Amino acid sequence: MNHRSVAFITGLIFALGLGISGMTQPTKVRDFLDISGAWDPSLALVMGGAVTVYFLVFHLIVPRLERPVVGERFGIPSRRDLDRPLLLGSALFGVGWGLGGLCPGPALASVFAGLTPILIFVAAMLSGMALHSLQKGRA
Amino acid sequence: MNVPISDLLAALAGGLLIGVATAFMMIFSGRIAGISGIVGGLIPPRPQDVDWRIAFLMGLVGGGALLRIFYPEAFPEALTTPTPTLVAAGLLVGYGTRLGNGCTSGHGVCGIGRMSRRSLVATAVFLSTGMLTVFIHRHLLGATS
Repeated sequence: MNHRSVAFITGLIFALGLGISGMTQPTKVRDFLDISGAWDPSLALVMGGAVTVYFLVFHLIVPRLERPVVGERFGIPSRRDLDRPLLLGSALFGVGWGLGGLCPGPALASVFAGLTPILIFVAAMLSGMALHSLQKGRA
Repeated sequence: MNVPISDLLAALAGGLLIGVATAFMMIFSGRIAGISGIVGGLIPPRPQDVDWRIAFLMGLVGGGALLRIFYPEAFPEALTTPTPTLVAAGLLVGYGTRLGNGCTSGHGVCGIGRMSRRSLVATAVFLSTGMLTVFIHRHLLGATS
């Protein structure tokens, strides 16, 4: 086992989870965000289920390990400050998520779904990421 | 609000799988399974930090291909979102997740699972602006999808 195989397996299970959960249905995602309309609350259980597993593993198993199985150390973010980029970036992401009903994982897991609109979204998303890198490189 | 039980169970089962995937990466690699961060780290690629990101992407895209073959119901038959909307949405999602250092996976799952203050706030913010956007788009501007 190495970082590559761990990453591949993670991506694979992640995609299956997204597909089974309903997150790869943009209209369903928008129904979930539509609290004043015909609200579909089911996707709250996706986050609920995932957070529960992660919470238990992070608090019960990770502290008992000296280091990750194939890595040198756990890379856990330690920042606590609420800065402008965090708030502005998350706000912009939410607007895009609401407009298209797609966030990065489900969009990438849908690349082979045979839907041209997904490919347009993914191309725009990667461009948005590149735009941020360009801007950061100049700053 | 009238959701079939099967949808609720599917959402829970899929969520548990996503939890397993993200926890697996933490235990085995010590890394946060945040999709925008992993993919964004390839744009541009940095020396010595490419192969695992590509492997993750191959797993994610490959898993989607498996779904297409064995569980095509995972995807809609068609998407009627107009192209300008798709482009705007994609740009906002790509730029916003990089600026805010995370998306639904990195902040919404891993960050909240760690009880990170930044991620709790980020998730509250993107859920709020997402809900506000759908409200405006559907109920004030009359979008049909």
